[in-house]
Amino acid sequence: MNVEGEHLDLDALNELKQVMGDDFSLLVDTFTNDSVARIESISEAIASGEPDAIRRSAHSFKGSSGNMGAPRLTELCRLLEELGHNGQVEGSHELMEQIVEEYEQVKQALSQI
Amino acid sequence: MKTSIDSTTINTKTKILVADDSNTDRMVLDAILRKQGHEVVMAENGREAIEVFCKEKPNIILLDALMPEMDGFEAAQKIKELAGEDFVPIIFLTSLQQADSLAHCLDAGGDDFLSKPYNRVILQAKINAFVRMCGMHNTVQKQRDQIIEHNHRLLREQEIAKRVFDKVAHAGCLDIPNIQYSLSPIAVFNGDVALAGVTTAGTLVVLLGDFTGHGLDAAIGAMPMAQAFYSMLAKGFSLRDILREINSKLHEILPVGVFSCALVADINFAAGSIHVWNGGLPDCVIYRPEVNAGQGQITKLHSRHLPFGILPSKDFDDSVEVYEVQPGDGLYIWSDGIHEAQNEQGEMFGEKQLWEVFNNNRDMRRLFEELNQGVNAFIQGGTLDDDISLIEVKIVEPEEFKPVHSKVLGNESAGPKDWTLKYQLRPDTLREFDPLPLLLHVLMQVSYLRPHSTEIYTVMAELYSNALEHGVLMLDSAMKNSPNGFSEYYRLRSERLADLKEGLVSLEVRYCGDAQGGRLKITVEDSGQGFDYQSLPQKLSENENYSGRGIGLLKSICESIAYFEPGNRVQAIFAWGDRTKESGTSHLNEHGSLGFSTNESIS
Repeated sequence: MNVEGEHLDLDALNELKQVMGDDFSLLVDTFTNDSVARIESISEAIASGEPDAIRRSAHSFKGSSGNMGAPRLTELCRLLEELGHNGQVEGSHELMEQIVEEYEQVKQALSQI
Repeated sequence: MKTSIDSTTINTKTKILVADDSNTDRMVLDAILRKQGHEVVMAENGREAIEVFCKEKPNIILLDALMPEMDGFEAAQKIKELAGEDFVPIIFLTSLQQADSLAHCLDAGGDDFLSKPYNRVILQAKINAFVRMCGMHNTVQKQRDQIIEHNHRLLREQEIAKRVFDKVAHAGCLDIPNIQYSLSPIAVFNGDVALAGVTTAGTLVVLLGDFTGHGLDAAIGAMPMAQAFYSMLAKGFSLRDILREINSKLHEILPVGVFSCALVADINFAAGSIHVWNGGLPDCVIYRPEVNAGQGQITKLHSRHLPFGILPSKDFDDSVEVYEVQPGDGLYIWSDGIHEAQNEQGEMFGEKQLWEVFNNNRDMRRLFEELNQGVNAFIQGGTLDDDISLIEVKIVEPEEFKPVHSKVLGNESAGPKDWTLKYQLRPDTLREFDPLPLLLHVLMQVSYLRPHSTEIYTVMAELYSNALEHGVLMLDSAMKNSPNGFSEYYRLRSERLADLKEGLVSLEVRYCGDAQGGRLKITVEDSGQGFDYQSLPQKLSENENYSGRGIGLLKSICESIAYFEPGNRVQAIFAWGDRTKESGTSHLNEHGSLGFSTNESIS
């Protein structure tokens, strides 16, 4: 498995490329712009200490990560969402750091496609 | 996931609203849907989704659950409200996994879910399914609207038909004081028909018919029935001729399986008799409250015939039963609806309870009401399987029964002014044919005679039946006075008529008159041996109620009645207008002083 394969579902991405055609690079740009905002809102939610805000922000990022064929990022978002759903704040900061790190990997991988 | 969905599987272009705050997700969905051939409109939050919905009228909505401004749940509720009767499927875009969150989507009006990441095949399948559902919904809606419209039209048509029908059916005299009736309709139209009219002889004919089925199809036969009934009555036909005409008309017109059960009663208040024909109705009743030391007596009128419209004319049986009645008695006619009325337990009212109402009755004036109450109290919450129809005819004194006749219309021509008609009938004709309607028809060409049709008919009918029954058939009117004599008399009458080999009745009508008044001379001669008319004045003075040969009745109508030797020829003179003043009181004249001037009189 190459580097991209660790972070991206290549089958899903190929299909997405087929669907988007010429707009694929625009989609990637949109995703990266969106993600900056998503990560920002996750960090704000964690700072506020409100589990429901954490759940909502993690849920949103989970959706777009899934559509972009980034399974590991999606899974990390899901864990954070579940944490918020269970009313927990503890461990959210560590999860967010992992999410940011994984996002950087995904962005890197996407740019190479 | 190499399967590609052919966009042509969707016949018409579907407009889809995508509402999602994530630019990435919106872009992906937009691309997938466009590739599948749909038109896409987009919104970034719930509020915008509602705006776009109102403006673009999309067929299907894909709605993200969690959005800023207004979330998907609230937007879904608003959109469903706005859509009203139209079916606009809402598919929630969500990766919510908790069951309570999914339930929340359904409560808000969601029809389905689609989870992220999007699967093209599943998305296409869902959209196809909803497009088909929308199509079906539209079809159902359109058909429902058509049904509503058809139903409105049907009711309108029935109302119009009912108005026409009421005009025809109620041309008669159902509203006279001694008749009470109720027809309870299940539909606008019911299958029951009530008709009543007065014959030219002054008797009352009442008919209750119950057509097979309900509603318009059941009522369609009522029109020809009513028309035959009233026109035959007006023309002076006898009960049997009317029965025949109704049957043959219905037999001709109605399809197989549609017929009318009916009871027809001809009530002669003067003679105290009722002629009854019952074809298929349940046992109806002549109720005599005074009989049995006030216990009351119920005479059941059984059905002895097939209903109207079943048999062809040649097989139709027009025979009637004759019953004696007196003032204070009542005739009760009903359809089987009264027996079949059901209560909540599904039990039927039935005959037993019906007779109980009669047994419990103390005051006959309340009987009609008690019968209606009896049935209604029984059914309460139950159902009516048939129309309940009920007619009551009270037997009153002859003078209390006053039928109304139409007046002479001003502009009509007077008709022939001075003429004689002679009509001779021999056995083959006497057996089968009633000459009175024909003669009356001729007489009614003189418009001045029309207001007097009942009197004239009565005179002719009396004279003709005297000539036929006493003269030709040699029946003794005294027979009618004995208890069983009444029916025996009629039995003998038809027997002798059937065997009749020779005999003759001759009717001569001489008319002379104008707008001011006139005279009608009716001479009837038969081939019989005559009778002792000389002792008539004595008999009449001895017994006010002497009824032999209806002389009393004739005397009260005519200006003069004259018999000629040996008593087989009689002449009656009917006068009206200014002619009545000339000759003073009516009298019995044995020499034929006729009130006509000598040169006008007929030998």
